[in-house]
Amino acid sequence: MIRDLVFVLLALLTVVPAFWVVFSRNIVHAGFALLFTLVGVAGMYGFLGADFLAVTQLMVYVGGVLVLVLFTVMMTHVPAAKRSRHGLDRLVPPAVFAAAVFGVLYKVITVVKWNVGEASTSPTTTEIGTQLMTNYIFPFEYVSIVLLAAMVGAAILIRERNHAGSDDAIAEEKQEARP
Amino acid sequence: MNVGLPHFLTVSAVLFALGLFAVMSRRNTVAILMGVELMLNAANVNFVAFSRYVQRGIDGQMMAAFVIVLAAAEAAVALAIVLAMYRNYGTVNADTAQSLKR
Repeated sequence: MIRDLVFVLLALLTVVPAFWVVFSRNIVHAGFALLFTLVGVAGMYGFLGADFLAVTQLMVYVGGVLVLVLFTVMMTHVPAAKRSRHGLDRLVPPAVFAAAVFGVLYKVITVVKWNVGEASTSPTTTEIGTQLMTNYIFPFEYVSIVLLAAMVGAAILIRERNHAGSDDAIAEEKQEARP
Repeated sequence: MNVGLPHFLTVSAVLFALGLFAVMSRRNTVAILMGVELMLNAANVNFVAFSRYVQRGIDGQMMAAFVIVLAAAEAAVALAIVLAMYRNYGTVNADTAQSLKR
């Protein structure tokens, strides 16, 4: 009974702000709504007995990715006059497609007889650590190289260009892009 | 109601459909990225739920952990691209990135 109540609360905490993320016109509001969705997903991990993942979700998503997103939102603020309005013709095809995808997924979920076993709720941190150092050692090292490459790439992408030639080219590009 | 696998899969399907809608309909590049994050989280919920209810090993959780790492890398690079785009075009509207057309 308590379990069901907790699940319903977590599901609401996840899904309702997700609607806000998608339909809010204000991008800052969408970013803050994303915070609640991510916390709700972390709660679901905890509910499913994945304690390590719940903490990782909070630290990486809420503490890292979301802060990056909000920084970017605030650094790239577009004044209200320049924002384009959504035409209805632009909203209908994605809505139909997304609803169709959800329909198919829901049909599969309800039709398939899942081979459900009974659940164990032992802490998983030790097991994950052991697996990372044994069976998953190659993906672990590989993903660390991917992360390093992504960080270097991001730093190169946003560095200030101060050599003379390319600055003029960028200024020219700006002139042409803004009519 | 007895909370089981289908409930988690349904929540995840809702998240995925919402993310898909955001990616397809929004013009703000950051909003598109938020849609991608929603879809990745939906996939992660599925991984963890299956790991708990069906397979009863740790593999699903390992996969979810790797997805989180890759999502962080993706967010860093994508937001750097958004900032570079803002610097060059003065806007983050995805429709304006058309320089290759000319």
